[in-house]
Order: sequence, then structure tokens, then C-alpha cells
Amino acid sequence: MSVPASSTAGLFTETPFIRKKRRTERLAQCLFGAMALAMVIPLLLILGYLVFKAAPLLSWDFLTTNPTNGMRKGGIWSALLGTVYLVVISLCISAPIGVLAAVYLNEYAKDNWFTRIVNLSVVNLAGVPSIVHALFGLGAFVLFARLDRSILAASLTLAIMTMPVIIASTKEALASVPVSFREACWNVGATRWQTIKAIVLPNSISGILTGVILQVSRTAGETAPIMFTGAVFYRNIPEGNVFAYGIKDQCMALSMHLYTVTTQVTNAPEALPYAIAVTLLGTVLLVNATAIVFRVWLRNRKKW
Amino acid sequence: MTQPKKIDVQNLRLSYGPKEVIHGISFHIEPNEIIGIIGPAQSGKTSLLRCINRTIDFTASAKVSGSIKVDGEDVVTTRNVYELRRKIGMVAPLPVGLPLSIYDNVAFAPRTSGMNNRSDLDGLVEKCLRQAALWNEVKDRLDSLGTKLSGGQQQRLTIARALSHQPEILCLDEFSIAIDPVTTMRIEDVLKELKREMTIILVTNLVQQARRLAARTLFLWNGEIIELDTTDVIFSERAKDPRTRDYVNGIFG
Amino acid sequence: METIETNQPSSSAVLTPATAPKRGRRSAAAVLGERCIEGLIRLCGISAIVFVFAIFFFVFREGAPILFGGGTGGHGVTEPGAAKPSFDLAKFLFTKTWYPTSLNTPRYGIGALIIGTFSVTLLAMVIAVPFGLGAAVFLSEFCGKKVRETLKITIELLAAIPSVVWGFIGLTVMNVVIQKVFKVQVGLNVLNAAILLALMSVPIIVSIGEDALKAVPDSYREAGIAMGCTRWQLVWRVLLPAAKNGLLAAVLLGVGRAVGETMAVLMATGHSVNIPHSIFDSVRTLTATIAAELGETAEGSDHYRVLFLIGILLFTITFIVNLLADFAVKGIRKK
Repeated sequence: MSVPASSTAGLFTETPFIRKKRRTERLAQCLFGAMALAMVIPLLLILGYLVFKAAPLLSWDFLTTNPTNGMRKGGIWSALLGTVYLVVISLCISAPIGVLAAVYLNEYAKDNWFTRIVNLSVVNLAGVPSIVHALFGLGAFVLFARLDRSILAASLTLAIMTMPVIIASTKEALASVPVSFREACWNVGATRWQTIKAIVLPNSISGILTGVILQVSRTAGETAPIMFTGAVFYRNIPEGNVFAYGIKDQCMALSMHLYTVTTQVTNAPEALPYAIAVTLLGTVLLVNATAIVFRVWLRNRKKW
Repeated sequence: MTQPKKIDVQNLRLSYGPKEVIHGISFHIEPNEIIGIIGPAQSGKTSLLRCINRTIDFTASAKVSGSIKVDGEDVVTTRNVYELRRKIGMVAPLPVGLPLSIYDNVAFAPRTSGMNNRSDLDGLVEKCLRQAALWNEVKDRLDSLGTKLSGGQQQRLTIARALSHQPEILCLDEFSIAIDPVTTMRIEDVLKELKREMTIILVTNLVQQARRLAARTLFLWNGEIIELDTTDVIFSERAKDPRTRDYVNGIFG
Repeated sequence: METIETNQPSSSAVLTPATAPKRGRRSAAAVLGERCIEGLIRLCGISAIVFVFAIFFFVFREGAPILFGGGTGGHGVTEPGAAKPSFDLAKFLFTKTWYPTSLNTPRYGIGALIIGTFSVTLLAMVIAVPFGLGAAVFLSEFCGKKVRETLKITIELLAAIPSVVWGFIGLTVMNVVIQKVFKVQVGLNVLNAAILLALMSVPIIVSIGEDALKAVPDSYREAGIAMGCTRWQLVWRVLLPAAKNGLLAAVLLGVGRAVGETMAVLMATGHSVNIPHSIFDSVRTLTATIAAELGETAEGSDHYRVLFLIGILLFTITFIVNLLADFAVKGIRKK
């Protein structure tokens, strides 16, 4: 690569100074690259290790049978179904509110102090610790609204907690629609809402959906907010019936189940917590990967 | 009053925040005339058009004072801005094909104003596309995307869309900067035809375009009207202001 | 009508004779529907403010009685005639004895918990900030498009791992690794939790930090290169100073994430109330205390209310951190 230093030192020959400069440059690149790699490698190592340890238990039966024998045997059906319930219900609450809130912030809000406060609230809502959300859910939904500890109370708590995710991704999707489209619509006498309905939403729906998918994964993994608002250590439900939980019931959840089995259950088979962790992690990463693939696919079929 | 004025601007001032960009201008536009507005960049031409159709509302920092009367009704204070905008067709400098089919691009405005009858829409879409000299090129692919047309075609689509709500006034804002000379000439022919039906405000950076099309020409510079007279006068030695003569002769701007 | 003559057009455009234009009219229902939906959008828009206030209000509502009404003497029962022991906020914050379940004299001093949270967060940031900012610099300045896309996706996946899974990894994998590598008795300690928190907050530091670096105008880079800077000098002398507000915001948001994290620290710190003397001591954090003890308290008891007070404290801390981060970010925008 490097040009050998010739005796005729011209303008473009390498002096020792330049060589040193180039060495530091190479070094810097390696250093920063190593720092980036330092995050990738643990991810792969951990994933590999977890799957290796969980392998003996992973099977279809594991997913579709209830835990038995003090949660030491059997599968995770009731926890899996509980997580699905929590995710779906909280999504039904947070997605519409979050999307409309983002529409407000991106399309209606003027650039003033009030909008700044709204934006600040969204950031803060995202920053409130999950355990404080749990306290809020307990105080507001379980006690004040008298929902008791139920799937509904837990879902509401999760919905408020994960709403900033969908607000942020929807805002980004809306902002990617060029302003000139909006101006063209306003010029022909369309109202703001007609413009949003006809042009802005149809062209950002894919970005919004990606946000919703990401929210699914975020919701599925949360533990703290549901601990005191609706999740229980153990509950037996009929296997194979997807409507086994009622909205006012308490439920099990995968994340909570992992915590319980790891910290509260003694003499559980070694592979069991690993299998639960792999199921949870697998679900979450699969959902995220879907979002990523979806995003890449959409980028390739843009209309303008 | 023998001849009602189509647009009557009195002492119009516009400022963005603390910066005033239009300093109290007054002029009027007759029905069915083509008026050319010329002037260098940043002289307030586009802002003036945005005041007339009230899309200036979407710029939060803008403040308008004075009056703009369209058919005797003051635009600055009117409550029904959507009706106003339907009265005015606006063509932006850069072609904007909405990410809809060609048909829907043109049918968009009538639909937003509540026109849903399919055969009425079909007739209107054909008429507008013909008026914009685009019909023959796209009649076989009305349901392909408007954004996939070439630049010149998109600009004519933009004009068709501006005509689709049957405006009485057509504003063109430097419509030719993104298209080739041949298409420009075709559109200019279209405008000469359209003059029979509507009033046309032609903002242009090509002074010769104003000379070809406009009956009267307004020279706007730094937010002030330097001169407004018939095009013949503006483009001759009879122009009163030396700056006008310098500008049309290409000495500055 | 024509006032001024111009040359006659010669184009082929077809014109229909000027007739009264046929215009549609929007139905009243459509206009009303639009009003409703716009009202709904505005309502949802301000919902974030409502939620933040609601969180503060409801957490405060459960915790406040102990501040104003004094304690109830331990277990939710006020003995008639007994003087109410008043609740001392200074004592609550600065003493380090946490014996909430003592039968005779429960003591609620969260000093040790605050120090526990603080120590874990600090160590996590010591690990995460260099790596996070280094990775941000690598992503925005040193690598090609392909590598960048791959790394960003990986970081996104890293951010998606649920905290309870991190806790599980701390409890099983890291525990053993720390015991073996550092030859210590207990692997569940400050170091363990800090490494987990570092891995959890690195994604947020990277993504916000990269945004901040991207916001530095290219003209700065070109000027630097024109003067013969190496890229290392460019990063160190030009980009880092120029992006310092955004990078500060990135670090602050990382801190916010680390302070508020619950499940991972609950499982990995060893959970003993303790003022740490080395990074191999077990500690307990504010968040973990709430998570571990709330389930076992009687509703309305002093202990229960004190846990809500800790919640208010956490809310306040993260609120301030987020506010500072926001000011730091707004700082760059103004320039």
C-alpha cells in the first residue's frame, strides 16, 4: 500500500511525519471499531450460550402445556398466552392514542412553548422508570379506578408506558412525507385533515406499522409494570384455548414467569429458566427482526 | 363602477417575525388579464402569491396587514379560506405529483370539495388534462402513479390539478424553472387559451416570458412595486424607473 | 370582458365554452366528522402532558399521607392516645438504616439505597460512555455504509432485549464469570449490575450520540481535512467539541435509563442494603427495593407509603435528568 520513500523527496512522498499520521489514523479506526464490536460480541455470545443451555427443553410441547409441579415441570402455555393478552390489549389502547398524538405534534402543533411542553412530556414519559409506572398503575388503575389486579389494569399501565415509542416512530414516519405534498393539497383547498387522510397517512402507514411492531416487542418484555397490576406467579388455565383469560382476570406473563422461576422456585431443572428466557428473547428478537425486514422492504418500494 | 376589479391589493404588508418582506404595496388586477410579476429572487413574489391564497397561514411567524380583495371580499379576514383557495389555482415552482394515480391527482380537489359523482369526475379530469396539454400522453395510463411521470409531465399535471377545482384565478409561480423550453412553450400556449376563462397571475424569473404573455407587467423589488404598466411600456425605453430598464435588459437581477 | 388584446392563441388545447363551473359541496356530516376527528387529535396530542401529571399525582397521592399526616406507627394501625411519630424527610433521605419490617421500630432510611443506585449508575456510565461514544464516532465517521447498517441493526436488537432477560443473564452467566475471573465470593455485586446496565444503556448513547455527530455540518469536516487533519485529529479537535451538547444529552439519557432500570438490578446486585466499599460489594437500589417489597406490604401502611415516596424521588430524578438532556439538545438546535 504505502509508497516506498524515495531519495528524491518530492511534494507527494511520505515523510516520517506523514507515516506517523497515517499510523495514528489506522489505530483510531481500529480502536473505535473495537468499541463497536464490543457491543456486538456479547450479544452473540449470550444468545449462543442461552440457546445451548435451553436446548434440552425447547419443543412445541413446552409452549403448549401449562407449568406443573410447582412450576418445576411442564411448559409455559399460561404465561405465553398471558403475554399475548397483555400485548394485544395494551396495543389496542396505546396505538390509536399514540398515532393521533404524533399526528397532532407533527401536523397541527405550532412552534410555540406549549408544543415544547408537550414534546418534553413525551420525552419524560419515556424516561419515567418502569417501576414508577408500576406504582402509577397500582395507584390509578388498580386502586383508584377499582379495576383490581387484572389484565385490563396491567394493559393500561403498559399502554401508557410504551406510548412514547409509538409517538416517536410515528412522528418520524410523518415527517418523512415531503412538505411539498402537503402544500399542493392546501393549494387546491383541502383542509388539514383531508390532506392528512389522503396523502400523509397513506404514505407513512408503513413507518407507523414498523413503530407498532417495535412496540409489541417492548411491551412483551416488560416485567416491573405488571408485577403489581395484574400478573401473578401462577394460574392454571385450560390448555389449547386461546380465550382462556377474561379481561378482569389476573394472568401469568412470560417475563414475570422468568423472574419467578429464576428467583423464587427452588430445585427447578437447570434448563427451565434458560428455556423461558430463550422463548421470551426469541419472541422479542423475532418481532424486532420482522420490523427491520419490513422497513428495508418498504424503503425499496417508495412511491417518490 | 364599470369594470369590477378581480383582485384589489391595498397597502399590503407582510413580515416574517421581525423582518418585513413586503412593504405596503397596492395594485389591482382586471378580470381575464394575464399579469406578469417579475423581479429578482427574494423580492417577495412567492410570498405575495401565498398571501393571496392564504397558504401564508401555514407559516407560523408570518404577519399580514392591509387588504387583498378578491371579487370584493377581503382575503386577509375571510373566514372561508377553503372556498377562497378553490377560487384560486396555484402552480408551484417545482412540479409536485402527489403519490396518487394520475386520475386521483386531478380528481383530488373536486373530491375534497364533495364532488363524488363518477361521470362528472371523469369529464372534469379529461377536460383539465386536455387544458393542460397532457391528455394525449396519459389517457391510456390514468391509473399509474403521478410521481412516475417526467418532470415536464408532472408540471403539466400540477397545472391540471390547479385547474381541477375550476378556479377563476390561476397563479403560476416560476412554473418553467424545472422543465425544458419545448414544454414551456406548450404551456405558454395553454395559458393564452385559458385567459378567456380566468385571470392569470404569472410570476416569472424569465422576463421574456412576461413579455410574451402578459398584458401588464409588475416589477417587484425588495418588497416594493417599482413599476406597474402595460408590458409594452415596461419593456421599452418609456419605462419610468431606470431600475426597471436595467432589470429587463439584464443589467442586474 | 377582455380588456387588453394579445395575439391569438394557436395551440391545439381543447376548450369547452365557459359555463358556470359545476362544483360539489361537502356534506354537513363530512364537515362535522372532520371537526370531531380534529378534536380527538388535539385531545390525544395533549394526552402526554396529562399522563405525566397523572403519574406524579397518583404516585404522590399514595405516598403523601406519610409526609403530611405523620406515620401510623408501623403497621397501618394508629394506637389511640399514642403520639404520632412525625415523619422526618431529612432522616428519610440521609440515614442509612432500612428496617421497614422491624416490629417495634421500623426505620426508613434510604441513604444506603441512594448510594447503591448512585454507585451502580456511576460504574455503568464509566463503562458505557467510552464504549457508547466510541461506537457512535465509529458509526458516523469511520465505517462504510454496509458496516454501519449491520451495526445499527445489531444495536437495535441489543436495545430490544428485555431487562428481565438481562437480569437473568446477570444472575446465571455473569455471576459465575465474575466469581471465576476476579476470585471473589459473591458474583452478584456492583460490577455485575453495572456491566448489565452499561450494555442496556449503550444503545441509547450510541443512537443519540450518532445523531449529534451527524448534526455537525460537513463544512467543519471539509475545513479540517483541507488543513491536513488526520481523521483522529478531526474527531478529537473538531467533531467532539462541536457535538458536545448532543453527546452530553446522550450520556444524560443513558444515566436516566440506568437510574430507572429495575429488573436487571433487582436480580444482579445481590440485593443487600449496604454502602459499597469496592465494586465487588453487593448493594441494593431504589428501584429494586420497590419491586421486591411492594408485594409484601399492607396497603396504606407506612412501609407502603414510603415505597411510593421512593417512587416520587425516582420520578423527580429522571425528570430532572431528562429536562437537562432536553436543554442540552435544544442548545445545538439553536446554533
